[in-house]
Amino acid sequence: MAEAAGAAEAAGAGEAAEPGVRRGRVVEGVRAYGLIAGMWIRSTMAYRTSFALTTFGNFAMTALDFVAILLMFSRVDALGGYSLAEVAFLYGLSGVSFGLADLSIGSMERLGRRVRDGTLDTLLVRPAPVLAQVAADRFALRRLGRVVQGLLVLGYALTVVDIDWTAAKLLLMPVTLVSGAGIFAAVFVAAAAFQFVAQDASEVSNAFTYGGTTMLQYPPTVFALDLVRGATFVVPLAFVNWLPASYVLGRPYPLDLPGWVAFTPPLAAAACCALAGLAWRAGLRSYRSTGN
Amino acid sequence: MTDTAGTSETADRAEPGAGAEASAAVDAVAAFIELDGVEKVFDVRKKTGFLKRERRRVRAVDGLSFTVSRGEMVGYIGPNGAGKSTTIKMLTGILTPSGGRLRVAGIDPSRERTRLAHRIGVVFGQRTTLWWDLPLIDSYRLMHRMYRIPDARYRENLDRCVELLQLRDLLDVPVRQLSLGQRMRGDIAAALLHDPEVLYLDEPTIGLDVVSKAKVRGFLRDLNAERGTTVLLTTHDLQDIEQLCSRVMVIDHGRLMYDGPLAGLHEAGESERTLVVDLERELPPIEAPEPARVVRVEGPRQWLAFPASASAAGLVARIAAEYPLVDLSVREPDIESVIAKMYAERAGA
Amino acid sequence: MGTGSGRLYAAVAAGGFRRYATYRAATAAGVFTNTVFGLILVYTYLALWDERPQLGGYDQAQAVTFVWLGQALLAALAIGGGGFEDELMERIRTGDVAVDLYRPADLQLWWLAADVGRALFQLLGRGVVPFVFGSLFFPVALPREVSVWAAFLVTLLLAMLVGFALRYLVALSAFWLLDGTGVTQMAWLAGLFCSGMLLPLNVFPGVLGEVVRALPWSSLLQAPADVLLGEADPLGTFAFQASWAVALLALGRLVQSAATRRVVVQGG
Repeated sequence: MAEAAGAAEAAGAGEAAEPGVRRGRVVEGVRAYGLIAGMWIRSTMAYRTSFALTTFGNFAMTALDFVAILLMFSRVDALGGYSLAEVAFLYGLSGVSFGLADLSIGSMERLGRRVRDGTLDTLLVRPAPVLAQVAADRFALRRLGRVVQGLLVLGYALTVVDIDWTAAKLLLMPVTLVSGAGIFAAVFVAAAAFQFVAQDASEVSNAFTYGGTTMLQYPPTVFALDLVRGATFVVPLAFVNWLPASYVLGRPYPLDLPGWVAFTPPLAAAACCALAGLAWRAGLRSYRSTGN
Repeated sequence: MTDTAGTSETADRAEPGAGAEASAAVDAVAAFIELDGVEKVFDVRKKTGFLKRERRRVRAVDGLSFTVSRGEMVGYIGPNGAGKSTTIKMLTGILTPSGGRLRVAGIDPSRERTRLAHRIGVVFGQRTTLWWDLPLIDSYRLMHRMYRIPDARYRENLDRCVELLQLRDLLDVPVRQLSLGQRMRGDIAAALLHDPEVLYLDEPTIGLDVVSKAKVRGFLRDLNAERGTTVLLTTHDLQDIEQLCSRVMVIDHGRLMYDGPLAGLHEAGESERTLVVDLERELPPIEAPEPARVVRVEGPRQWLAFPASASAAGLVARIAAEYPLVDLSVREPDIESVIAKMYAERAGA
Repeated sequence: MGTGSGRLYAAVAAGGFRRYATYRAATAAGVFTNTVFGLILVYTYLALWDERPQLGGYDQAQAVTFVWLGQALLAALAIGGGGFEDELMERIRTGDVAVDLYRPADLQLWWLAADVGRALFQLLGRGVVPFVFGSLFFPVALPREVSVWAAFLVTLLLAMLVGFALRYLVALSAFWLLDGTGVTQMAWLAGLFCSGMLLPLNVFPGVLGEVVRALPWSSLLQAPADVLLGEADPLGTFAFQASWAVALLALGRLVQSAATRRVVVQGG
């Protein structure tokens, strides 16, 4: 009996192996992701017309949000003190970051369904990390439509918005986009981890993913302070665009935060990804100890 | 940690596998799959009212101990909810045991899931491991890379599976368009491309037609004979066991109820076959010779139970001679009834 | 016979209601998500009306009410998809619809009943909570007169009819199109854009505003909202919604009979 308990404990420690093995797992994960995503891309490309149409559909659905903003600005000149060009800048940053995260691991939304119908088990018998397999499953290249739409709005914003460009600001742009994608990716993973517990509640993740990007399309000055606090300290979406954009646009920072926070999105992204990874691991462990 | 199977304990059932040379590094008589007091406890929450929930602990697997040697082909049977699937899930590393010791090829499945994955093949009868929307061949190509199967080996294994499982015309068909039997063959091939040392099959013939069943069984038999692949299969179909397995394990309520040859199971359960007789008209129950007896009468149709070991011929001849017979058929005992009988005997003993 | 078939469709509707009622966690998740989106939209609208009071003839409280009404009706009217149409399209694609056609029930009425059942559940299960939440924490403009609430309920019922009729046409397209994804996507786009879900239609500028307000989709959200907010004459709104409902349901019948002939010719 004592031995049994010991075995259970050791098993509970799970796959928390030594660092060398962990690095190996990351490499394995990336490799498996590449293999699976590659397969889906090849299969998508077999039906080019269908791909073009669905990508356009994805683009159009996404563009609807921006049409709403354009309609608003057909009646007003500023929203929360921001001009159309500035709102477009926020929108573009958020749109591209979210688009990249959605393109790469948007499939994680389906985790709850996989738990419910038992197909998650089939992933657990393959020699690759489950996270990578779930993330790459049904890799949908049509989601490029969202990225392209974000890039177009960002491009438009950059041509019309008034920015005193410096090397720091220039450098901050790509860093912001990548960090933003990382933050949104962490949100996708955390939301998926939650679905281990509540399989039917996949819509909750929409509140943070789609809801998050919708919120970030508007200036922080529009929202109640509590909401901005929540989006800064609880789910740190503010690091996706609000904080770096405040620096680039020379605007006052939300919540009177110090100036250097504009350069912290990579840190925020790393912290988010680490936490999301822990949440995922806890979710998977609970699945493997309780089954379904 | 070495790649060889654990040698700490010698198997109590020393049956050398037919193809033990498949992995020369491993002692053929060593236990390949070892379970020692394995337990799996679930917390089941049940809704009892609008917001009320009741928590209950369920022992899905309750102190299970057995060993399987390399090259054995074992049937693992039991009623629904007996703990069969839970055992398979623990053996493949999907589920973590709550207690006890479990080793497959010397590996603790739940701790080293991905390492074990290279050495096992799994087929779930009710859900596919193939990519649903893509042609069969795409899944195979992906397995090739994911399992890092050497090119020549992959081609050889694929050709062999394609030929023996008759998959040639199905390779370019999306999996969702395959029939159940075709898909099952596709799944079995997918599970074997990386030369697994052990193959787990969870209800491999469920829902298949007679022809598909025969194909699948024939293939598995050859696989075991030629390659020495260890096979553990769960099934509801007694014929799967009869035609494939030299050894049967019966599990119920998470415990091992029987472990031995199939013939012994029939004895233990003293299973019965059923003779269904259609007479010309309604008649009183047939006076059959011992130990056959009428168990049911419905209009002109009567059901007679007789021991599975006895021949039906004498009984049929006797009835045909004395009664106006229109039609008859013999029903083989199914696993459920064998097991039910077995319990009845035990309860009586 | 009339009461017999009435009972049949009532049973179908009850089935539609119950089917969605079983997913409690999904419903709770939906309520949460609608509430979060409502929160985000409400602040953008407040900023918009702050900048331009009386925009589109609404005051700030009316704009806030509009947001929460939209979140309450989004799932019920399946404006962004999620109604019966995916299932019907799948049945058409697989040919199972042939079975439905030989049933002693009318295809359109059958699905209408099921969809109304679903809509009623979504309205009660998913719509009420975000709306109450919004009314408690934000300044809203709700009528005191019972008659206005009664008129509002009538507009909701008519909105369900129009919403169904539109999606029925979308679903029937599967008889002619192999892949319905494009049509479904276009239908969502039109629904979100032209119903007022994206932005109240009275805020749309000039001719664009006039056009979208005349289209059937305005029956879904804009019409009930305007009646609730006291901005539109109930009888005129009923007439507008009812005309679209009748026209679209009739068109649905026409398309259905053409589709049925097709099925019969093809032998299913």
